[in-house]
Amino acid sequence: MEQEVLDLPEGAVPGPIKAPGAKPMMHGRKRPVWEIGFEVGLEWLIRLCGISAILFVFGIFAFVFREGAGFLFSGRFSLPKFLFTTEWYPTSMSNIRYGVLALIVGTGSVTILAMAIAVPFGLGAAIFISEFCTGRIKEILKIIIELLAAIPSVVWGFIGISIMNPLIQTVFSVPVGLNVFNGATLLALMSVPIMVSIGEDSLKAVPDSFREAALAMGATRWQTIVRVLLPAAKNGLLAAVLLGIGRAVGETMAVLMATGHAVKIPHSIFDPVRTLTATIAAELGEASVGSDHYQVLFIVGILLFTITFVVNLSADLIVRGVRKG
Amino acid sequence: MQLIKIRLWTSVCLSAAAICVLIAGCKRTAPQENGGAEHPKKIVIQNIGSDTMVNLAQAWAESYAKTEPMVSVEVSGGGSGVGVAALINGTAEIANCSRKLEPEEVAKAKTKGRDPKEFLVGFDGLAVYVHKDNPLSQISLEELAEIYREGGKINKWSEVGVSAIPGSKSNDIIRVSRQNNSGTYQYFRETVVGKKADFKQGSLDMNGSKDVVELVSKTPGAIGYSGLGYATAAVKILKISAKKGEGGVQPSIASVHDKTYPLSRPLFMYTPGEPSAQVKHYIDWIVSDTGQKIVEQTGYVPLPKN
Repeated sequence: MEQEVLDLPEGAVPGPIKAPGAKPMMHGRKRPVWEIGFEVGLEWLIRLCGISAILFVFGIFAFVFREGAGFLFSGRFSLPKFLFTTEWYPTSMSNIRYGVLALIVGTGSVTILAMAIAVPFGLGAAIFISEFCTGRIKEILKIIIELLAAIPSVVWGFIGISIMNPLIQTVFSVPVGLNVFNGATLLALMSVPIMVSIGEDSLKAVPDSFREAALAMGATRWQTIVRVLLPAAKNGLLAAVLLGIGRAVGETMAVLMATGHAVKIPHSIFDPVRTLTATIAAELGEASVGSDHYQVLFIVGILLFTITFVVNLSADLIVRGVRKG
Repeated sequence: MQLIKIRLWTSVCLSAAAICVLIAGCKRTAPQENGGAEHPKKIVIQNIGSDTMVNLAQAWAESYAKTEPMVSVEVSGGGSGVGVAALINGTAEIANCSRKLEPEEVAKAKTKGRDPKEFLVGFDGLAVYVHKDNPLSQISLEELAEIYREGGKINKWSEVGVSAIPGSKSNDIIRVSRQNNSGTYQYFRETVVGKKADFKQGSLDMNGSKDVVELVSKTPGAIGYSGLGYATAAVKILKISAKKGEGGVQPSIASVHDKTYPLSRPLFMYTPGEPSAQVKHYIDWIVSDTGQKIVEQTGYVPLPKN
């Protein structure tokens, strides 16, 4: 992601860095063995760090898949029923049903509403900080927004329960304050800092010559932003939005506390819902290891994995398409 | 350069402030903990299980630490299921359980060489809570079943005779329940909803006994069930009758003991095999008058005096 944001101009591949005034090493003396060994070792260490990310991703996927696979491929599990029914009764005494449609809709509704709130605010803030602010105000704003990112999600959940809940009840006069709207507002607040810092970086990466050219053409500030800067920075801005979505889909604690945790398809934004992540968090602790319930929760994990994978992949493809076009 | 300096300073100041707060917090609690920790050979009893019992177990552990400073009882909750799992895996000396062990669980423990021993340590009355402004004062088990059961017919407050709840414009009953593997959930399903039935979907499933009461206290149209010990001034406990039209019974020590209150249950502690001398001494202390007084103080129901 970093690279896409900080697009280097073609041909600016970093070559060997020469400090001004440093003597060329090869002429003066022979390098001792330990120094070469150290360098080789360091190189391998860095290489290992790079590869480890791949190893971890595949390792985690393999683990999650292994835990869920036994039940996934047993005759008792039906994928259409799992995906397209809303009845989630994993501990029923008479009729065990595993339908996650309501949970998928729950995750989807909270995420979409969160993005509807966060994208205008996040990108707006990024534009404001990058284009309208200078000096001290800019720095102070950035620090405060970064502080927002440092608040743990449990604290957000607590705010959702103790402050947002009664507030939503009185302002919108709805019976329950723990609902889609509550969770989405918290998620929006949580993903705004990510969007702002990445969005601001990508706007900063637009060369000043673009701004100067726009100014020379007699463009107003608004025209400069909408017609020049936003198109030029769209890759980075898209990355910012998608990272925000990733955060929202994967977030657990705050939505567990603030969405009401009710298995049902919401009819309005003031209905309580339950998300996929919250279900895993609430039930995995007490499901006995290896039981059907336990394995189904891992299948829910696979589903989450798939959703985030599709989001990331389509993001990648979109960014590539945008770059070519 | 100057800008970087500002940011650096801010973070330094913030971390310094955080550290100060932490140190100040530690200082206050430190002396109490040192009191017992000076003895090198302190015996630790792991006590894991039921969320319903966690307040009670904590109160026992704190009080026991005063009489037996050499023994430290470490209490954690998570649910009866977590306690049973810890018992089977041998990671707990005592498992708290708000239900009897299932035969399969006993069998599973026996295959690992642990024969669970059962100790009755008190009773819990499961209370049905509504918001304090709700005019309803009693409800029957039948009505509760219709409210909570899958396919049950009661969805509106008007159907149980409540015309209006001050502070709520909606007539809908907001059902507050527990996550589907808690002991309280299972007990409520067994005694109210029906052994072979399931809960109606769309209830708000809370992750703790306290959360249920908390949510009901903030939601005028809500109804919920939780341990009697979790009652607060912001909620109302309903009287319960077996059938509609009969006189309701208020949960109390007497009504739990003579079994006229329908929603009461025994609280158990299980040990893996015969308890060690230290554990036995602790459980004996719990069922003694001193231990049972704490049961009463924390809002649960003590064992009958014989």
